[in-house]
Amino acid sequence: MGVDGTLKSFSGGIHPPSDWKSLAKDKEITEAPLPETAYVLTAQNIGAPSKPVVAKGDKVKKGQRVAEASAFISAHIHAPISGEVKGINFRPHPVTGARTPTIVIKRGDDDDWAPGLNEETNVDALSPEDIRNLVKEAGIVGLGGAAFPSHVKLTPPPGKTVDTIILNGAECEPYLTRDYRQMMERPRQVVEGLRIIMKCLGVTSGYVGIEANKIDAYDRVKSVVGDDPNIKVELLEVKYPQGAEHQLIKAITGREFKPSQLPLEAGCVVHNTSTAYAIYEAVKWKRPLIEQLVTITGDGVENPGNFLTRIGTPVETLLSLAGMKPDANKVIFGGPMMGIAQQSIGGTTIKGTGGILVMREAPSWESHACIRCGKCVEACPYGLNPSYLSIFCEAENFQGAMEYNLMECKECGCCTYVCTSKRPIVHLIKMAKFDLGRQRAREQAKQRAKEAEKQVVASK
Amino acid sequence: MAETPERVGLIVSSSPHIRGPEDIPRVMWTVIAALVPAGLVGVHFFGYYVLTVIFLCVGSAVATEAACQRLRGRPVTVNDGSAIITGILLAYILPPSVAWYIPVVGAVFAIAIVKHVFGGLGNNIWNPALAARAFLQIAYPTPINSDWRILEHPGALQNIVLTDDKGQLVGAITRATPLFKETGWETYDYMSMLTGNTPGCIGETSAIALVLGGLFLIYKGYVDWRVPLGFIGTVFVLTQVLPSSVETPWANDPFYHVLAGGLMLGAFFMATDMVTTPLTKKGLAIFGIGCGLLTVLIRFYAAYPEGVCYSILLMNTVTPLIDRYTQPRLLGGGKTAPGGKG
Repeated sequence: MGVDGTLKSFSGGIHPPSDWKSLAKDKEITEAPLPETAYVLTAQNIGAPSKPVVAKGDKVKKGQRVAEASAFISAHIHAPISGEVKGINFRPHPVTGARTPTIVIKRGDDDDWAPGLNEETNVDALSPEDIRNLVKEAGIVGLGGAAFPSHVKLTPPPGKTVDTIILNGAECEPYLTRDYRQMMERPRQVVEGLRIIMKCLGVTSGYVGIEANKIDAYDRVKSVVGDDPNIKVELLEVKYPQGAEHQLIKAITGREFKPSQLPLEAGCVVHNTSTAYAIYEAVKWKRPLIEQLVTITGDGVENPGNFLTRIGTPVETLLSLAGMKPDANKVIFGGPMMGIAQQSIGGTTIKGTGGILVMREAPSWESHACIRCGKCVEACPYGLNPSYLSIFCEAENFQGAMEYNLMECKECGCCTYVCTSKRPIVHLIKMAKFDLGRQRAREQAKQRAKEAEKQVVASK
Repeated sequence: MAETPERVGLIVSSSPHIRGPEDIPRVMWTVIAALVPAGLVGVHFFGYYVLTVIFLCVGSAVATEAACQRLRGRPVTVNDGSAIITGILLAYILPPSVAWYIPVVGAVFAIAIVKHVFGGLGNNIWNPALAARAFLQIAYPTPINSDWRILEHPGALQNIVLTDDKGQLVGAITRATPLFKETGWETYDYMSMLTGNTPGCIGETSAIALVLGGLFLIYKGYVDWRVPLGFIGTVFVLTQVLPSSVETPWANDPFYHVLAGGLMLGAFFMATDMVTTPLTKKGLAIFGIGCGLLTVLIRFYAAYPEGVCYSILLMNTVTPLIDRYTQPRLLGGGKTAPGGKG
């Protein structure tokens, strides 16, 4: 399947320059100083936002729950530091930009855990239900970027069977090295995390997929796995988006499912290696998710590195730690392919923040009409036609875009990367999805109004 | 720290934040480079006048492009090289001795009518150079189809040498294509056809020069091998198996058919124009095979000895249709085709 017959891979995708990772690849994990003030956003996961359970003036301890899950697909949020709640203010969300209620915690004198946390458990004695509860209690979400609540992934809906767990150690986004450091410095915990997930789901087939440019991490994880017959460590072709669920599952198991479907359709559950670490911490040590390993890198910082940070740390603090250059002009949460450009450095990290990329002289491109070179069609790992989609979306022909499976697009950016005409294909697709969403909301509102009117008329 | 963060002049844009190295000028200038060998061969065999023809075509094409873009209120992008390619390709499919105004008319037609009336680069349905050639063929049938004359450079070319009463050389006549059947005209050996020492248009005679340029473009990833292979392969096979309605010495000689006329230029440089050909690999294969089929049908069963120009134009016409039925397969099953929810 792979290009040279041994590396596993998928079809489509792109090969961005690989040397960008060397900026932070060999920088060992460094603990960032505790923030003076932590800004804890109450929307840190895909799904419903969390509901604050503390109020201004409350004293909180590290790891104490400060906001609770408000639905099944939602997650608890915990105090990243001990201190006092200064209030709940609105702050812009680093991904959506939406004004989000934020719990502001001023640091106190100690850094002690809240009672009942940081205690070793006997994992062997835990039932799947216990594991799910511990993961849920710890507020763990997918740390690969999408921030999908992890306990949901550990709860397959009735009728769906899971037979394979895959840990994503591909880290295919250029520049980012967080998962690499995780596997290099905490391989035992990562693999333990995988074993816990397998135990929870009753699955005996586990994989760790690692891109071939991280051979050291591959060796290290492999040596930790030892002769465990249930876990295989797979070397994957270096190709973006090797770490996306569809491509990872295709590469490792050969199974395919539609872009809009979840890995469950292929009997798989995929977790990021960093999530596996967090799950290990939560289950083995009862430590909630309050820390995040963040790669801060790019030519816009003096000291790129991999920093262990408390969630809710101001971006400004982190950037001064890495030495943001004065002429840096783009700050991205995430990698260069799917990351979100920040409006300012006044934001804070959230659970899903695994990387901050700072660019100098960030380029911009002039776009032209599509010259139909077909590179985007070749690059799309989901079998879409980005050329047509971009033309339909540009013309606001949403019907046409829908016919060409607009909603199946995962916005991985391969098409836009290869585009000869430098068309902002992903941007056009995002805008169309956004407009369609608003259109639908309007129609639904209209429908509701009509029904309400009918009822009023009927009651007269 | 302020509660409401202030902007600090950061660039905010959609992902991805990096782009690959390819852009339109890079593609176009590479194609121009790949076209150079065939032009040099043309100059060698037909004389320096062909340079005049090439410059007239390119100059008129670029000037027309700039004028059209200005008239349409669009940025002038003549530096991207696309009008230059149209000019070169048009020159390559004109007779070496063509009068000066014909290239000018052709280039203006190619750029203004075929390209900009439809919206400019990326939006034209037909290959501008080929459509212009078809137009010129109707507008100036005699100078395009027959009455080719080369006055200054009769040396290398295999053609009919014209002498005056005293036996002094006054010129030479070449003709439109080795496929032209006329009494007294012989067939050409393969070596002449490979090097380009045959009658024909300015840039179409040398198979070696064209294949070299074409292979370079395949190597660069700007040409998909399916098109030239499908095109040439189909002509090769069909000229062997189909009976020709015209009796010629080369009727069922596949090598002759492949090397003669505009096939090599068409297969490597015209049928591979990105804008006017299908998007997907499968579509490109169909396009190439379709071009080959139509070329043989025209050569064998129509009144016109050469079929490359019209076969490509016809396939350009059906390109949206080919696109429609060759959409990529959606991961996990189903097609991206219209209405196809898989």
